[in-house]
Amino acid sequence: MKTRFINISVFSIIVVISLIFTMPAPLPAADTIKLGVAGSHSGDLASYGIPTVRAAELVARDINARGGILGKKVELLVEDDVCKPEVATNTATKLASKGVHVVLGHICSGATKSAIGIYKEARIIVLSPSATNTELTQSGKYPNFYRTIGYDRNQARLAVDFAIKRLGLKKIAILHDKGDYGKGFAENAKKYISDSKQANVVLFEGVTPGAVDYSAVVQKVRQSGTDAVIYGGYHPEAATIVSQMRKKNMKTLFISDDGVKDNTFIKVAGRYAEGVYATSHKDTSKNPLAIAAIAAHKKTYGTEPGAFFLNGYAGAQALLYAIKNAGSTDYEKVRKALRSHNVETPLGKIKFDNKGDAVGVGFSMYQVQRGVYVEVK
Amino acid sequence: MDFFSELCVGGLTRGSIYALIALGYTMVYGIIELINFAHGEIYMIGAFTALIMASVLTMSGMSGISVLILAAVVAVIYSAAYGFTVEKVAYRPLRQAPRLSPLISAIGMSIFLQNYVLIAQTSDFLPFPNLLPELEFLEPYTSFIGSTEFIIIVTTAVIMVLLTILIKFTRMGKAMRATAQDRDMAMLVGVNANRVISNTFIIGSSLAAIGGVLIASHIGRINFYIGFIAGIKAFTAAVLGGIGSIPGAVLGALVLGFTESFGTGYVSSDYEDVFAFVLLILILIFKPSGLLGHTTSQKV
Repeated sequence: MKTRFINISVFSIIVVISLIFTMPAPLPAADTIKLGVAGSHSGDLASYGIPTVRAAELVARDINARGGILGKKVELLVEDDVCKPEVATNTATKLASKGVHVVLGHICSGATKSAIGIYKEARIIVLSPSATNTELTQSGKYPNFYRTIGYDRNQARLAVDFAIKRLGLKKIAILHDKGDYGKGFAENAKKYISDSKQANVVLFEGVTPGAVDYSAVVQKVRQSGTDAVIYGGYHPEAATIVSQMRKKNMKTLFISDDGVKDNTFIKVAGRYAEGVYATSHKDTSKNPLAIAAIAAHKKTYGTEPGAFFLNGYAGAQALLYAIKNAGSTDYEKVRKALRSHNVETPLGKIKFDNKGDAVGVGFSMYQVQRGVYVEVK
Repeated sequence: MDFFSELCVGGLTRGSIYALIALGYTMVYGIIELINFAHGEIYMIGAFTALIMASVLTMSGMSGISVLILAAVVAVIYSAAYGFTVEKVAYRPLRQAPRLSPLISAIGMSIFLQNYVLIAQTSDFLPFPNLLPELEFLEPYTSFIGSTEFIIIVTTAVIMVLLTILIKFTRMGKAMRATAQDRDMAMLVGVNANRVISNTFIIGSSLAAIGGVLIASHIGRINFYIGFIAGIKAFTAAVLGGIGSIPGAVLGALVLGFTESFGTGYVSSDYEDVFAFVLLILILIFKPSGLLGHTTSQKV
């Protein structure tokens, strides 16, 4: 008798527990806004992807605390693509089959490019906080793609405009590190300079990354009689080239990209870094919403946010408010809302142009002054 | 100063840098016919040791030339100890093994040391202070030749002369030459071959450490990977000059340095490596043993 009683009670407990587990599950499926978050969340580039996941978590928590969107809670579906194009297609298929409404991601340009076609077929809007590849928006091939970051070609344009219009330079030498990123920057810069017809490219060369000495190329720069060097590449080579130029008493200006706008550059080049220009993303850390977002991150996760946190935060807000403004999760309506309504974000008031780039989000010029990068107004 | 002589100085600097590392490759090859792939890593460890020593000494209030000398001495001792240990651990047990085994062991050692520094230190680039003094008498010529370049060229020349004296005129040099020519025979007449080989590793590693200090001062930054890149070029220089021959290594390094410098200056730096390796291929086609390489004689 006794054992039978125990059996029954155990059985009923199991039934109750399983009811608890099964009952709520179908509910959110019907009644949530599903925000997919895709990017590099593990592996060596995890530091680029994690801040965006956290940004999405903070935004979703904030919105849910205020009653959600269109009366529905926001649900996050986080998927890892390890920043690899071949993994990203699986990530995209998985998210699409789970029925996400919009996706925040991917992080790396290569992964984004390989995943974007799958979302396009499934009619899912994708917004990347960090993929800067020019083609993604400018080719017009991906009407479902948006981003809250500037793109590579604009960086070169800014550097060239700055050199020609602000500094009034006539002769410019362009160097690059032969890599995709550096060479792309250099080639765009070259194109803009020749289009402007106000200055000449007197030298265009690639240097070998990691070489023991750059004096030959530095002599060549001097020989060319140039006013400035525009360098496409990363900070280690830039630091060596600048130091060798300065040691040879060359006052030639040095203008570079956001691969050089890194504090390691100043640490390595030391006093020779003084006066170097570099383009990078606009500094919005003074924006009150940015300050609030960073404070929320510190409170929840206990650390300073990492790369692209504010872009991710703005992206999550832009997507969710677009759904709110559209009044539904319908693909066309949300696209229209993204283009027509301004959203207050940590990056400022943003909306998107017809190609998918955020209006007003872009690059600024920085200069090393007394050992720190300062935005040039 | 005209462009041509500026490029000459650039080539000479580059060549001297390659020579400092290439000497270590060629000495070891001369004696045990082993390409010591870990040699570049010894150079890197020398640079790291000097950086750590220099920061410690600067913090304790020393300055100028004394920091340079102390850091260099510690780097030399440390690197020599590493070279000695690497030989003992990775190559000596394989002395009688087929030639491929120590080669694989050398590659393994190279990967091990790189990752050891990566984990023990950092993967970031670290700024390397310019320890070399500014020479005042060079002041009028700074645009032409800097103090660092001048010191690198002079040091390499001095080391070359000292090394030649060591090998030509000392007892140890004689033992080294004997071991290089015929190890069994040298052992029969009472040369302690193992000790000679250890000495070779110690000397080669010390040179690499000096190279590490000079080159890191010149470039101004180091990370765990610098040994690999510099090592590849230095190894090319050693092969170019005839691996196993000491004057050959220096000649090969200079030829390589000048080729890269003039190639960059008059054609384009895009093809810097292309010039270097086309030259290597051409020389090896017409002179397979390298510029000064003899098949048997004067290997050390």
